Order: sequence, then C-alpha cells, then structure tokens
Amino acid sequence: MRFMMIVKADKNSESGVFRKEDKKMFADMGKFNEEMVKAGVMLAGEGLLPSSKGSRITYTTGQPTVTDGPFTETKELVAGFWLIQVASKEEALEWARRAPFGPGAVLEIRQVAEVTDFPPDVFPPEEAAREQELRDQLQRKTSRP
Amino acid sequence: MTATDTHRAIDAVWRIESPRLIAGLARIVRDVGLAEDLAQDALVAALEQWPESGVPNNPGAWLMAAAKHRAIDQWRRNKLLERKHEELGYELEEQQKMSMADFDAALDDDVGDDLLRLVFTACHPVLSAEARVALTLRLLGGLTTVEIARAFLVSEPTIAQRIVRAKRTLAEKRIPFEVPRGPELAARLSSVLEVIYLIFNEGYSATAGDDWMRPALCEDALRLGRILAELAPEEPEVHGLVALMEIQASRSRARVSPSGEPILLFDQNRALWDQLLIRRGLAALERAEKIRVARGPYTLQAAIAACHARARSADETDWTAIVGFYTELAQLMPSPVIELNRAVAVGMALGPQAALDLIDRLTAEPSLQGYHLLPSVRGDLLVKLDRLREARSEFERAASLTRNARERELLLNRARACENIPVR
Repeated sequence: MRFMMIVKADKNSESGVFRKEDKKMFADMGKFNEEMVKAGVMLAGEGLLPSSKGSRITYTTGQPTVTDGPFTETKELVAGFWLIQVASKEEALEWARRAPFGPGAVLEIRQVAEVTDFPPDVFPPEEAAREQELRDQLQRKTSRP
Repeated sequence: MTATDTHRAIDAVWRIESPRLIAGLARIVRDVGLAEDLAQDALVAALEQWPESGVPNNPGAWLMAAAKHRAIDQWRRNKLLERKHEELGYELEEQQKMSMADFDAALDDDVGDDLLRLVFTACHPVLSAEARVALTLRLLGGLTTVEIARAFLVSEPTIAQRIVRAKRTLAEKRIPFEVPRGPELAARLSSVLEVIYLIFNEGYSATAGDDWMRPALCEDALRLGRILAELAPEEPEVHGLVALMEIQASRSRARVSPSGEPILLFDQNRALWDQLLIRRGLAALERAEKIRVARGPYTLQAAIAACHARARSADETDWTAIVGFYTELAQLMPSPVIELNRAVAVGMALGPQAALDLIDRLTAEPSLQGYHLLPSVRGDLLVKLDRLREARSEFERAASLTRNARERELLLNRARACENIPVR
C-alpha cells in the first residue's frame, strides 16, 4: 500500500529564503531520503516552492477564477511530500517518526486510494476504457490525415 | 497507545529493522540461523518491554543491544561447557573477544555489505527454490511466518518447517556468509534474481478475487528488487529485473476486470496504467543499459515491456523493436515459448504470413504439444489471412487443450465466429 507523507508549510518554508541552519536540514533530509531508498520504500518525493510562486483556481458555475499566491493560512499549505510504498499504516508512521524535523513541524500521513477502494458504480473501469478508446480514435483521426 | 497499537508499531519496526539486524548479527556469529534466532529473541524482548516503556527513539540500536545481551548469555553458557571441552576453549575465547567489539561496530557500520551477504546466503543454490523464497521473504522482507504462509496459500507449520530446514541446511553444508566473487558471481546472482522474480510472479499471476493478499507479494518482490539495486548498483541485470517488475506492476490496475477476469494487454485501458511506476521502470532500464550495452535476459524482457509501456495505444506499439528484442532473447535462452512470442511480434510487425511461417516450424516442437496458445495464436493469424475454416479448427483444438473454463469459452466463441463470416 502507498502513503503520501505531506509536509506542512511554516513561516520559513513560505519565506523562500534559505538560512545558514538550513544546510544541516538539507543534509539530514538527504540522509533520510537515502535510508528510505535503500529500504526500497521511497517512490517519489519533492519539495515545493513557497505559495507566492503558485496560484489557486476556484471553480464556480461560470469560468473558474484564478487567485495568485501567496496565501496566508500557512499551516494549511503544503511544502513538500513523499510517496512511499509500505506494508502497513504503522510502517508509514514509523518512517514519518524518523523524518528529521524539528519542533513545530507537522507531517500528515494519508493513504493513497487504489482502484479497489472505489465502489464500481462510482468509477466503472469499462466507462474509463470506453473513454480512452474514444480519445485514441480521435487521436488516430487527427494524426492520419 | 494501547498494547495492540504497540504490537502493530513493533511489527512495523521489525519490517524496517530486521534485515539489517539479522545481517549485522550474521556477520558476527557467522551463522545465519543463529543470527535469526538472536534477532527473534530481541523481538521477544521488545514485545515484553515496549508496551510499557514505549517504542525507543532508536529501535534498531535497541534491538541490536538486546540481541547482544542474549549472545553474551549464550557464550557464558558455552564458557562453562568449554571447561569440559578444552579443545574448543581457545577458539571460543577469541571469538568472544572479537565479537564484543563487533557488536558495537555493527551498530554504527553501514550494513550494506552484510545485507548483500545475507541476500546471497538466503538464495544459495544449495536450497530448493521454495526454501529460498521463504527464507528470503523472512530474512530480507521482514515477513512473519504467518504472512508468508498466507501469501503462498500453505499452512503456517509448512512454512515454519521449510525455514527451519533451510537454516539447518545452510549450517550443515557450511555455506559461508559472503558475497561470491569471480566466475561464481554470475550464477549466484541469477539465483537471487530468480527468487525475487518468482515471488513477484506468484503475486502477479494470481488474478482471482479471493487472492487479495497477493498484490502485497508483488510489492514485497519490488521492495526486495529495489533494495538489491541499491546494494549491487553495478549489476545491470538487477536493474533489468527491477525495470521489468516496475513496468509489469504498472499494469496491475488494468489487467483485472471488476468481476476478476483477466484482461489481455491489448484490451487494457492504458489510462489505468500507473505512470509513476512506468517512469521508474524506464529509469531502471536506462540504468541497466548504461552499465552494459549487451542486454541480459531480464533487461531484454524489460525492454519489451517498455515498448508496450511507451505506446499510448496498442496501435502505436513499436513491433519492429520488440521483434529485435525477442530475437536477442531467443539467442540468449533458446525456448519454444520465446519463439512463439517472437512469432506473434513478427506477425504484428511484418504481417500474418511471416508469423505463420515461423509458427509452422514450431508445431513439431515436443514441448509445445498440448500448449493451447500455439493453436490459438495460429488461429488468430489464419483469421487475418481469411483462412477461416482452418482457423476454426485451430480455435477448437486450443479450446480442447486449455484447462481454464473462461478461456475455453472465449476460444469456442472465436471458433463459432469463424463459421458466421462467409468464406471468400
């Protein structure tokens, strides 16, 4: 099973400024990543730039509206993530426990949904297959004049 | 935290720590069986103490220290014996002196080399394939006997006994705890890769709904493969195997219908393929090809899987490349089944007649007698060539040969379809 470990933003990550003490943090993070890779559990992981470099798209009945960052609710924002494949939720928690974060940091663990987690009437695979077929046909038509 | 929570947390710690623990211990005591016993004793101590004390900050170090105490106890007992067996005395004392320092070193050392030794020992050809699989999952996958038994649909005592026997065999045959060197390495490595791929296939070929535990087996095999790729990064076939498993696993969502029926590659909804695993697979393949231009069997199979993975639709498949890879594979390990697969690829690349010519050379092959895919593929090609009467009898023959009821139904349907189309 897969889990996403979501790193919550804080004032530092939102500032986008790297301080001297961040050097050690990067080294520790590198070691932690290496440990997860060596254990065969890390599938992916990325750090995100501050929300000032991002935008938010809100959907309404009309055209979606776009709001540029930064956003103020720092604790709700995401600063980075790992995607790991582990044997249990407890194992995901155990890896999270080992992440080299200092006091105040927040890491959220969420299980990634598998197809089998959706009831068939919500996500019927045949429907998805038909859709893909249509897309393929369209593409073939456009690629073969 | 309740006691159950703590037990679950201990299971999780065990998954993460036990391979390193056993590997470190095996280096010191030079006996994989004894190392595992010591690690198990440490686990028992954790199960006794952690529910009250909580999980320690550095659980790996805690377990190693517990195993060390246990080992010292044993040696003390041996010391008493030593007085009765003078001839063993000197050796034991030396062993003990050396070992005390080793335990402390093992806590800090990078255990990569020990883990690799453990891989090669658990997959030693002196053991049967079954025993290698069980021991590898136990020692390197951190699985319990119960979990292994459930995954292979056999009883727990069977697996337990298999592991006990395997450990005894390793001790009796005095299998050294080491990474093979020189000419031996290639054969030993292929035994390791075989074990991992066997575990993967056990999980991958199970498609029935009852087998819900088995996708976990694919994940275990992938985990072992990824670990091995870090331990032996200079071995191209390790990356080849990882690439093959990542790409095959990328299709697992698309290869079973909601009612549990298998869906063939060409009929799969490619939108369901896991792009992350495909990317990982392609990256592993690239690593393998960078190390050595001449591809080994796993790298070739991965290269074929990659051709399918890269094609956005079945029509866009690069069949010419696939034919080339199958040709190489057939030269490396000649097999009629590979020839049959090559013929299918040739049919897609060059047309049905070219494939039929190849297949007609295979029909006399003794090992393919009774193999339902041969007439089934032949029938397929004959349909494309509009030789429907012959196609019908091939499908009927294939139907009579398959043991799978659903497949038989499908083949009989195809046979009937040949009657309905007017013969030109």
